[in-house]
Amino acid sequence: MKQNSISERLINGLVKENPTFVLMLGMCPTLAVTTSAVNGLGMGLTTMVVLALSNMFISLLRKVIPDKVRIPAFIVVIASFVTVVELLLKAFIPFLYAALGLYIPLIVVNCIILGRAEAYASKNDVVSSLFDGIGMGLGFTCALTIIGAVRELLGAGQVFGVNVMPASYVPCSIFVLAPGAFFVLAVLTAIQNKVKLEGEKKGKDMSKIQSGCNSDCMNCKESGCSRRMIDASETKDDLEVIEITEENDLPDVNTDKEEKNDD
Amino acid sequence: MSDLMKVSSNPHVRSRVTTSNIMLAVVIALLPAAGFGIYNFGLDALILILITVASCVLTELIYEKAMKKKVTIGDFSAVVTGLLLALNLPSTAPWWIGVIGGVFAILVVKMLFGGLGQNFMNPALGARCFLLISYTSIMCNFECDAYTGATPLASLKAGESVNLLDMVIGRTGGTIGETSMIAIVLGACLLILLGIIDLRIPGSYIVTFVLFLILFGGHGFDPAFITAHLAGGGLMLGAFFMATDYVTRPVTKRGQYLYGVVLGLLTGIFRIFGPSAEGVSYAIILGNLLVPLIEKITMPKAFGKGGERA
Repeated sequence: MKQNSISERLINGLVKENPTFVLMLGMCPTLAVTTSAVNGLGMGLTTMVVLALSNMFISLLRKVIPDKVRIPAFIVVIASFVTVVELLLKAFIPFLYAALGLYIPLIVVNCIILGRAEAYASKNDVVSSLFDGIGMGLGFTCALTIIGAVRELLGAGQVFGVNVMPASYVPCSIFVLAPGAFFVLAVLTAIQNKVKLEGEKKGKDMSKIQSGCNSDCMNCKESGCSRRMIDASETKDDLEVIEITEENDLPDVNTDKEEKNDD
Repeated sequence: MSDLMKVSSNPHVRSRVTTSNIMLAVVIALLPAAGFGIYNFGLDALILILITVASCVLTELIYEKAMKKKVTIGDFSAVVTGLLLALNLPSTAPWWIGVIGGVFAILVVKMLFGGLGQNFMNPALGARCFLLISYTSIMCNFECDAYTGATPLASLKAGESVNLLDMVIGRTGGTIGETSMIAIVLGACLLILLGIIDLRIPGSYIVTFVLFLILFGGHGFDPAFITAHLAGGGLMLGAFFMATDYVTRPVTKRGQYLYGVVLGLLTGIFRIFGPSAEGVSYAIILGNLLVPLIEKITMPKAFGKGGERA
C-alpha cells in the first residue's frame, strides 16, 4: 500500500495507529464520556469532524504559520472548529450536547487533534491530511463506541438503549462510573495485545497491528506515546545519540563509583 | 539430618513460622466472628461464607493453572481473603455476589498485581468496595428474618437511641461478621498472643478515632456514644483483621503508628461528616494507597547516616 494514500491513511488511523488503543491519546474523553454507546459514538463523531477540518486547514496554512508560534496558531484553528461544532450540536442534537456537556469545549485540548496537527498535518499535503484526520477520527469513534457499548452492557444491561440482557440480570453499576472505564479500556487493550503476540508467535506479519504497550516502559522502543510525535528521521538520530552517550558515560560512572569506594 | 546441621549460605531461617501457618491462625481467629454470624443470621450466612471462600480459592487455582504459574492455594491466603470478604457481606446477599466478589478480589486486586505480597490493596476490602459501588441496594440490605430496620450505626447517625448491650454482643443487623465486638476481639486476642499482629495499628487507629469522636462527634465525652461507635459497623473487624494485613500495611514501626492515625482520622471524617453511616472500608483502602508514601517518610536511617552533617 502506498504511503500517504487515502486508504493507507484511513487504515492507519483505524488499526495501525488507533489513537485510543495504540497511541493511548485523548484518554480524558475516552474515560469520561463513554458511559453509553450513544455518548461514545457522539463524542467520537464530534471529534472526527473537528479533527478532519482542523487537519485540513492546518495543512493549508502550513507554509504560512511561522514555526515559533505554530502551537498557538494550531489552537486558534482547532478552537474555531470546536466552537462551530458546539453551537451546531446545541442547536440540532440537544440531548447529546447535554450528555457530553463540558467535554465538547475540551475537544480543543484533546491531544489527538493537536498531536495530528503537529505530527502530520503541518508536514503533509491537504488531501492526505484530511484523510489522516478522518482515519484517526474513525479509529477514535470505533474505540469510544466499543468501550461505551461494553460499559453500557455491563452497567445497565443495554446497548444503544436497547435491553439485551435477560430480565434477571442485575446491572453492575460500577461500569457506568469512572472506575469501570479504566477496567474496560485496560481489558480491551490487553485483548488487542494478546492477538498481536499470538500472531507473532505463529509467524504472521503483525506490522499492521501495533500495540500500545508490549514491553516495559524502561525499554519502550515502539513508544506509542511520545516518541512517535517526532519524525522517523529524527527518532533515528536521537537513538544513535543516546547509544553513543551511553557507551561513553557508563564506564565513567563505574570508575567514579569505584574511586569513591576506595576512598 | 536435622535442620540445625544443614550447611547453607546466610540468611539462616530458623523459624517454623510460614505463610500458611500465619494464614491458618488468621482463619482460626476469624472463626468466632464467623460462628457468631452464622448463629445470628442462620444458614444463609453459612452458605454465603462457603461460596465466597470457594470462589476465591478456585479463582486463584484456575488463574495459576491457566497462566502456568506455581499453584499457591496451599498458603491459605485465598481462604483468609474469602472469609474476610464474606464477613463483610450482608447475609441477605444472593450467592452470585459472593462469586463476583471472590473473583474480583483474587483476580483483579491480587493476581494481576503479582499474587500474594504484591497487591497494593487489601483484596477483601477492594472487592467489598467494588460490590458496594456496583450493587449498592443489595449490599446495604440488612433486612433479614432476624432483624428489620436500620443497622445500629445508621440509627445512631439519625440520632435515635441504640441498645449498647446488644451491639457489644452482636445481636444487631449488619454484615455477617461485623456485629459482634466480643467475638472479633476474642479472635484478635488469639492473634496478638501468637505474635501475628500487634497493637500498633489497631491501637493507634482506635485511639485516634475515639479522639476524633470526642472532638468532632457533637456529643463531647459521652461513653455511650463512643462505645456505640466502636461496637457498631466494621471498625473492630477492620482495625484488627484488615488494617493489619501484612501485605498492605507499612513495614516501618513509626509508619504503622502513622498509618493507624490516618485510618482513624479518615474513618472519623467518613462517619461523622460523610453522607453514609459507615466508612471503615473506604478509610482502609485509602490508607492502603498512602502506604508507600508513609513508608518513604518513616524509613529509619542507617547508623552513621543522617544527622545535620549528613
